[in-house]
Amino acid sequence: MNLITLKPNISISSLYVWQRHRDVFFKIWKTESLGIGLEPWIVILAMGFGLGQFVTLDSGEKYVQFLAPGLMAMFPMFAAIFECGWGAFMRISMHGTYEAILNTPASIEDITTGDILWGTTRATLNATYILIVLLILNHWTDAVNSPYAIGIVFVAILQGFLFSSIAIAFAALARAMSHFGYLFNIIVMPMFWLSGGFFPINELPEWAQNIAWFLPLIHSVELNRALLNGNLTLSMIGDFFWLAIVAIIFYTIALVLMRRRLIV
Amino acid sequence: MDIAINASNLSKHFGDIIAVDRINFSVRKGECFGLLGPNGAGKSSTIRMITCSSPLTSGQLIVHGLNVNDEQRSIKSHIGIVPQNDNLDPDLPVKQNLEVYARYYGLDKQLIRKRVEEQLEIFELSDRANSPIHSLSGGMRRRLLIARALLHNPSILILDEPTVGLDPQARHIVWQQLRQLTKNDVTQVLTTHYMDEAEQLCDRIIVINHGKILAEAKPQELIQQYVGNNVLEIQNFSNDIELLKRSLDFTINYEIFGDKTNIYASDDDLSAISAKIKISNKSNLRKANLEDVFLRLTGRRLLE
Repeated sequence: MNLITLKPNISISSLYVWQRHRDVFFKIWKTESLGIGLEPWIVILAMGFGLGQFVTLDSGEKYVQFLAPGLMAMFPMFAAIFECGWGAFMRISMHGTYEAILNTPASIEDITTGDILWGTTRATLNATYILIVLLILNHWTDAVNSPYAIGIVFVAILQGFLFSSIAIAFAALARAMSHFGYLFNIIVMPMFWLSGGFFPINELPEWAQNIAWFLPLIHSVELNRALLNGNLTLSMIGDFFWLAIVAIIFYTIALVLMRRRLIV
Repeated sequence: MDIAINASNLSKHFGDIIAVDRINFSVRKGECFGLLGPNGAGKSSTIRMITCSSPLTSGQLIVHGLNVNDEQRSIKSHIGIVPQNDNLDPDLPVKQNLEVYARYYGLDKQLIRKRVEEQLEIFELSDRANSPIHSLSGGMRRRLLIARALLHNPSILILDEPTVGLDPQARHIVWQQLRQLTKNDVTQVLTTHYMDEAEQLCDRIIVINHGKILAEAKPQELIQQYVGNNVLEIQNFSNDIELLKRSLDFTINYEIFGDKTNIYASDDDLSAISAKIKISNKSNLRKANLEDVFLRLTGRRLLE
């Protein structure tokens, strides 16, 4: 058994796996969407307008303007992590869904890729929805100031793929539901708070800034910020490539770990 | 090509544990082939290698004319699998379970719709098409699992304990449907712990224990070969068995299980034996069955 085979054994079957997740989503979207639908409204109201009244930024922008790019990175991250973390874990360990799909021509790589593509889809839908909410509220928030804002959809695809890969890799390692506490408390929550979505990163001590640079979420926030404001800079290239590199690394890790998990 | 599956020197090791030990067997096209053996004997490992979900340690395994080491996608498109554990998709209702599963085989939409309707009809699930999976009875779930395994018209159907946990009515319905498949020339490989099931369904049987094949034959041949026609079960006879042995001019096969002694005998031997002993009302004469063979071959003790 060769675990580190990099020959991609990926086929059209990964699309069928994606379609399975889409079909399930169409069954449950009403219950799922209620929470997801309300979330950005509440956050913008509470953080943007509520907390925002007590915040003055050096740049002079409104707090809700500062917050908007972060929201479009953080909530899609959660969407991808939930879908490919808990969701995949249940499909691997509890429902035997993967075992059943593996009995068809689909390979382990197809299943993993299909799951990651679905996590990416959820993250992208989530970011797009928040963008729409911000556009609706733009009269009060002034958050969307450039047609480049549409580029946020592509940032969401890239980071959706990345966080879905991280979550799948973790789901392949986890042996119990409670293990997801590690994923959440050690990886997701620190990124959530320290990604520069809630406060400017340069408020942190320099050593912390240096460490934080490696967190992928920071770069999605930076890309979103530039796209919303229309201030395209060269540093965006670095942001983009770092996200892409981390995505490729974790996608490879996810494939290897899933093979290790499912082949006996 | 009239061989559906051919295994030569097939082995599977898990670290130091040898689950399957250089076994050889072949399954002919169109037959129902039974894999019997106690828990841990190597049945499931063998099945998992056939279904391409577990790599071989050594040996060669050809399924549908293709090598499992390098043609997994193609093999998997020709076999259908009814797993031991219910792994229906709990997120989708009955009909959609089948539709989504058929799509994994790359069938086009129209064919999927047609095949799903057919299978629901055959397995008498049409009126439950929109029911959630958790509302189905054990028998219905089993039938749905078999229906799912047949959506793509596989030439080989693998059944890992297909009737485990079912009530007698549900088992008979499943058997009937499996016999129908045999008529339609679907090759079946079956593992089971129910000897009556193996006797009912299988054309040929191998008995496995400790990863090795102990016997291979038709069910009736196995019974003849290892047990004979009859089993005489006598209570509290263990002290008298030596006496009986000495009084006969042929050797007898017998086993002592606690307070019960089983004497295995052909029709001729039986009358000689009966003449020598008083058959008390604490004895029972019955036809030998596959369970006798199984217990003789694999022993009475638990393996686990």
